[in-house]
Amino acid sequence: MQEIAWTITLVLMLVIIATFVFVVLNSGQVAEYEPVKKRFYSVRTGLFWVLAVGFVVVMLSSYQGMPYAAQHRSENPIGTQVIDVEGFQWYWKLSSNEVKANQPVVFNVTSGDANHGFAIYDESLTLLAQTQAMPGYINKLEYVFKEPGTYKILCLEYCGMAHHSMVSAIEVVAE
Amino acid sequence: MSSSISVIHPNLSAGARKTLLTYLAISAVVFLLMMVFGASMRYEQSEWLGMGPQYFYQIMTAHGIGMIGIVGLAASAVMWFFLSRHVQLSTPILVANLVFFLIGVVLILGAIFIGGFAAAWTFLYPLPAMGKGVWGNHAAASYLVGLLLIGVGFLLLYLDTARGIMKKYGNLGKALGWPQLFFNSQDEAPPSAVIASTMVLIVNIAGIAAGAVVLVLSLVNLYMPSYELDPLLVKNLIYFFGHVFINAAIYQAVIAVYEILPLYTNRPWKPTKVFILSWTLSTLMVMSVYPHHLLMDFAMPKWALIMGQIISYMSGFPVLVVTAIGALTLIYRSGIKWDVTSRLLILSMLGWACGVIPAIVDGTISVNNVMHNTLWVPGHFHIYLLLGLLPMLFGFMYYLVQSNGNKVGAVDDVAFWFYLVGGMGFVTMFLLSGKESIPRRWAAHLSEWVPYDRIASVFATLVVIGALVFAYRFLTRLSRINIATS
Repeated sequence: MQEIAWTITLVLMLVIIATFVFVVLNSGQVAEYEPVKKRFYSVRTGLFWVLAVGFVVVMLSSYQGMPYAAQHRSENPIGTQVIDVEGFQWYWKLSSNEVKANQPVVFNVTSGDANHGFAIYDESLTLLAQTQAMPGYINKLEYVFKEPGTYKILCLEYCGMAHHSMVSAIEVVAE
Repeated sequence: MSSSISVIHPNLSAGARKTLLTYLAISAVVFLLMMVFGASMRYEQSEWLGMGPQYFYQIMTAHGIGMIGIVGLAASAVMWFFLSRHVQLSTPILVANLVFFLIGVVLILGAIFIGGFAAAWTFLYPLPAMGKGVWGNHAAASYLVGLLLIGVGFLLLYLDTARGIMKKYGNLGKALGWPQLFFNSQDEAPPSAVIASTMVLIVNIAGIAAGAVVLVLSLVNLYMPSYELDPLLVKNLIYFFGHVFINAAIYQAVIAVYEILPLYTNRPWKPTKVFILSWTLSTLMVMSVYPHHLLMDFAMPKWALIMGQIISYMSGFPVLVVTAIGALTLIYRSGIKWDVTSRLLILSMLGWACGVIPAIVDGTISVNNVMHNTLWVPGHFHIYLLLGLLPMLFGFMYYLVQSNGNKVGAVDDVAFWFYLVGGMGFVTMFLLSGKESIPRRWAAHLSEWVPYDRIASVFATLVVIGALVFAYRFLTRLSRINIATS
């Protein structure tokens, strides 16, 4: 996901930069304003429709990837592993530090004091999923670990002096 | 080439002139100081400084709130300068805002650097009351009261703006150009400065009111812990206030682009129906998009989060389709006069347009799930602010400095390129670090992340050098600024 986001961002930003460079390089010669306006406004209309269609397509296609399913169902499916998570300044308290691979895990995440951010990282330090840990609320994060191994839990919401040290681990074992 | 650019204000009193220049002089100094703070955070993450987490988080808090406050101040000066050409505004209120601002700044600086307060600019409940011995309740209260006073000053300013606009145009709808947009009125639409200022006062009065509510609630909780707040409600209010205020700063500063760029291209940039529509839509979207800051708060109503994504996407339209294209239309084959002012203003358009892309990407819920609170986030807003907003503000300062025949040297041109290259590299490293999942707001980084920090630090240094020249030039030329009356 990060690669896709990065590539799309880079390409689109480069298109914008290239457009600006093109216009700046063509800013010296003086031309009548009205024909320029007409030309650019027709580009504007085209751009509007390209963006509108693009946004609708992305919006619809991204709907499936939303991480809110566990939050809004009354019961977890049979076989779901459930782990209660509570954040404190500056440690994580998990009801279990071990889960099985390839079976859904639902993390019931809350906080015992300030706001924290519960984030799961793999062994190569890639962020896999996250939710906020907020006092008085339970955020339910569902994730399926594909590979056995040791995964890191990092805090992603600033919570005071040792925020960056608020690290824990989850052991994912084979089925 | 710049000698033909005239700086005209037909009715700027000596008091207003002095106050506006004081706004901008303070802004130039604070921009620089806050940039040094920002760069020092990257140096610390690069393992070059060794300041430790306590100073890091204090500086992080000061950098965040300092930048938000000072761009608000500088942008309000831009708005006031251009709006007061069309509408009578109160100079005493302009002075009062500055006084409130300075008192607030003293309280905030005291909270942070004497009281040790370091709950980030966001002061998310209940962190201000949980300093764990690093800061106490009085320090937190000093921060909250300081922010409240700054809010009071700005509220007075925007209420006065509303008074002045309504006195001339009758109501806010007319000032937004609605008769031309909805009723086909053949009367000339209000100037862009009036339309933009009207949008800003609407959103900022709402935003500041929400901020004031949450500040007072947090203050009560500090000294009466039994009076508990709803953390999710507080977070909603804080992000509504924060999002609106920082966006309103851009919408005020862009008035400089609308007003100054036509002078350089000899082409008019008059409000069209599309322009008016985009400002009306922006008024609504700036106030309703803030849930995109809460996409990882799963307890939020799902419709609000989806709305956050949709409006994030829609917010890109006015910037990309109207303002950026409008600026490019103005420039293309115009014979534009090139100097530091025009370069900075065009850079600002580029920065604002580019910032839309990573913002929209991060506003996509499934992406946010792996990007939220990584360095991607400061990446996207530094594109808006470092490459969009600040070039508008520095551009306005150079417009005044180069007023009516005054010239600057080659060092300013070099500074521009330092700023441009440094800024682009700096924000790209943020985005790249976000792609690598590096968290934001971490005082110490894992060894795998340090190389990214070091490259970013080099770029940050270039930005600071560029900004140092900009600030120096403005401060040393203050007395020579020449604003003609006709």
